[in-house]
Amino acid sequence: MESNVQTTFPRLMLEHAKQRPNAAALREKEYGIWQAITWQALATQVRHLACGMAEAGMKRGQHVVVIGDNRPRLYACMLAAQSLGAVPVPLYQDAVATEMVFPINNAEVAFAVVEDQEQVDKLLEIRPQCPQLARIWYDDPRGLRKYDEPGLASLDAVVEAGIARQQREPKFYDAEVATTRPEDVAAMFFTSGTTGNPKGVVHTHFTLLDRANAGKSFDKLTESEEVLAYMPPAWIGQNIFSYAQWLACGYVVNCPESSATVTIDLKEVGPTYYFAPPRIFEGLLTSVMIRMEDAGAFKKWLFHTFMAVARRVGPARMDGKPVSALDRLRWRLGDWFVFGPLRNTLGFSRVRVAYTAGEAIGPDLFTFYRSIGINLKQLYGQTETAVFVCLQPDHEVRADTVGVPIEGVEIKLTELGEILVKSPGLLKEYYKNEAATNEALTPDGWYHTGDAGFIDATGHLKIIDRAKDVGRIVGGASDGAMFAPKYVENKLKFFPHIKEAVAFGDKREKVCAFINIDFEAVGNWAEKRNLPYAGYTDLAQKPEVYELVRECVEKVNADLAQDALLAGSQVSRFLILHKELDADDGEMTRTRKVKRGYIADKYQVLVDALYGGRTEQFIETAVKFEDGRSGSVSATLKIVDAKTYPSMRRAA
Amino acid sequence: MNAATSGRSSGDVILDVKNISLAFGGVKALTDISFDVREHEVRAIIGPNGAGKSSMLNCINGVYTPQKGSITFRGHTFAHMNSRQVAEMGVARTFQSLALFKGMNVIDNIMSGRNLKMKTNLFQQAIYWGAAAREEHAHREFVEHIIDFLEIQAHRKTPVGRLPYGLQKRVDLGRALAMEPQVLLLDEPMAGMNVEEKQDMCRFVLDVNDEFGTTIVLIEHDMGVVMDISDRVVVLDYGKKIGDGTPEEVRNNEDVISAYLGTTH
Repeated sequence: MESNVQTTFPRLMLEHAKQRPNAAALREKEYGIWQAITWQALATQVRHLACGMAEAGMKRGQHVVVIGDNRPRLYACMLAAQSLGAVPVPLYQDAVATEMVFPINNAEVAFAVVEDQEQVDKLLEIRPQCPQLARIWYDDPRGLRKYDEPGLASLDAVVEAGIARQQREPKFYDAEVATTRPEDVAAMFFTSGTTGNPKGVVHTHFTLLDRANAGKSFDKLTESEEVLAYMPPAWIGQNIFSYAQWLACGYVVNCPESSATVTIDLKEVGPTYYFAPPRIFEGLLTSVMIRMEDAGAFKKWLFHTFMAVARRVGPARMDGKPVSALDRLRWRLGDWFVFGPLRNTLGFSRVRVAYTAGEAIGPDLFTFYRSIGINLKQLYGQTETAVFVCLQPDHEVRADTVGVPIEGVEIKLTELGEILVKSPGLLKEYYKNEAATNEALTPDGWYHTGDAGFIDATGHLKIIDRAKDVGRIVGGASDGAMFAPKYVENKLKFFPHIKEAVAFGDKREKVCAFINIDFEAVGNWAEKRNLPYAGYTDLAQKPEVYELVRECVEKVNADLAQDALLAGSQVSRFLILHKELDADDGEMTRTRKVKRGYIADKYQVLVDALYGGRTEQFIETAVKFEDGRSGSVSATLKIVDAKTYPSMRRAA
Repeated sequence: MNAATSGRSSGDVILDVKNISLAFGGVKALTDISFDVREHEVRAIIGPNGAGKSSMLNCINGVYTPQKGSITFRGHTFAHMNSRQVAEMGVARTFQSLALFKGMNVIDNIMSGRNLKMKTNLFQQAIYWGAAAREEHAHREFVEHIIDFLEIQAHRKTPVGRLPYGLQKRVDLGRALAMEPQVLLLDEPMAGMNVEEKQDMCRFVLDVNDEFGTTIVLIEHDMGVVMDISDRVVVLDYGKKIGDGTPEEVRNNEDVISAYLGTTH
């Protein structure tokens, strides 16, 4: 619908309220029961909140931070701010207080809307460093009764002030909404960069809605979709799936009770349109496999027999390719006994379209979900492109590509292999950072994604790695070969036993890697072998575990040897870290991408040991606990060689 | 943080224990114990093992009948308490060894605490539709508020036996809260918990005292907890009272110190 793009979020909300006032817009589970908020009720609430915020002095163009989990009232606040032409800036709710100082000061934020006491405490902690922060409004009053801070108030108070303002000036709200244009700034998202200070990505109503609608027509989304909003609102993907597309399509967004109940709520809601990063799908598969191992003999037999059918028949069936009648019958039987109940337990009974993105996904993982009838597809996008750049069409789904460029998108490659994107959904600019903006956007409107990749024979885009991370091997047997660390790390992480990996090799003779084991999977594996262990650090250093990981590494090497471009990236030596890499320690971003440079510095002694040929190395690392205190973890790590294979094909 | 720092004010005496003596055959569990509890306060009972603390709580609760002495609750004096009577008067308790129904889930366990408030009879409940259903919904709503208060939503349908110890204690507290008590007797609520769990439990106990104004009588071994959250403390040793006062007074009391640490002769 053309008109759907040339509009603003508040106007879309008012449209839905006019056309379908009693349809559910949002649902929240309160006291064990799903309570729906209709479009009409939402519109009224937004109106009052906007009037109340205006009373408190909020002006057009000002920024409002929104910190919390997905809650209907916080969504209403974002709509209210946008109604006044103000710009909501969602921040990660699990960020430490000091991480919030930069965004708040960078955007000169005077107003904050937060979920609960935890967020209030964080803001009060950094208030001295953010003197312009005038108002802190909270949604959940629990624990805040005794607080007496200037500018701290409940959103209830804002609504009250808003009702009064609405009565005094009934035309105020509608006039404000009419003044906001599609080209105006709608929201700002800070990218948790892997290097340096975060950058504020500025999007307008138009850029977000353009992409939202492109995604909507690609997958034919309707107003009867059910979506579960459980990813952090600060992440652009969450905003697109549960805000932009929500308003563009008018479907229902369900907010889980708490982060602990997401899996239960997922089952109860049964979403039809779902997104999760690969690690969630991995985690689900791991837990299914672990629980199957504990099941009785008959159930195990049933599971393995029908999973074999699924692997054989499932993907072809999902892709619409011809399948024999007998195989179809077998799959139906499997569906009755195994796949149907399995989909139900995972909460995927009604999923029509499920997307994953952000990291490469293992082929086995991908096949598993597609073979049991879940339409899992990949997409490619970034915060700066308002997500939708490439999507996989329903019948062309493969594990190793990220899809075809969709409506409105043009792609071209630089000589170095970097992907450039032109799309109506590109960011307007990086906030107050002209240098970065000019670096990323060319004068004729192409955006540097920073990813290296190529378009394969079928027109699908394949991602190799971050362009600046792609390196070259110098010296040794593979001199001159391409080294793509993320590519190697992803292949390693496809194994359920390996949770995280960091590969080094640029300008080096060979490739070495740090590995984090997956505590749940390896713990389970150890228990099945009667191998006792006393915690993560102890388990990580067991010789049996090293053997297990070495097998995985060698499988990856064998796989890489087949690849013309990347045979030189095989891993020669590795070690298993004594502690998990953590965003709280600065080793990863909040979206769990490893910060390779920082890790190389922090663990310099281990990198030297790997390349120096040592067989073990003592390390002591400082760790930061969630409340900000510091401690340290130390261990002597073994370093092990892995077999590499000669390249099957000569690289050009 | 006690009444002085929290701004909570203790009211009149709600529970007055006078000259209680309890003996099991030759074993004198309690000898001539007297103390009072003010409304809205947090009163701790401490003492070495075997001092008679749980026995004291059992007397208040009506589980044991003392040979001598009386208990005055809200002005009414009883020579001995009947458990049912005590519960109906608004005194709830938790147990040191968790008397939860392990096979039932969390909701049902907390619901069992609503038993006293249920007015429908056996026949109405057998038929269910009508009065019993309405009552069930009302009670369920109350139980959900408690679940929200104790932050155990994720475990609603889990059989209690499957939960970790710390969470079971929370469910025990929830069941006691389901009775809407005026006085809450807590028997070693922090036993067996690590620091984080203790902090959580303390927070809940203080929230109960703060939000609902419930009077708390607390048996506890962790001195840190006792000193931090209680308004007044009673110290027992070998069935006798050896100290009574604010945490500061009790901390400096010679008899208390020698009871815990021993004295040189």
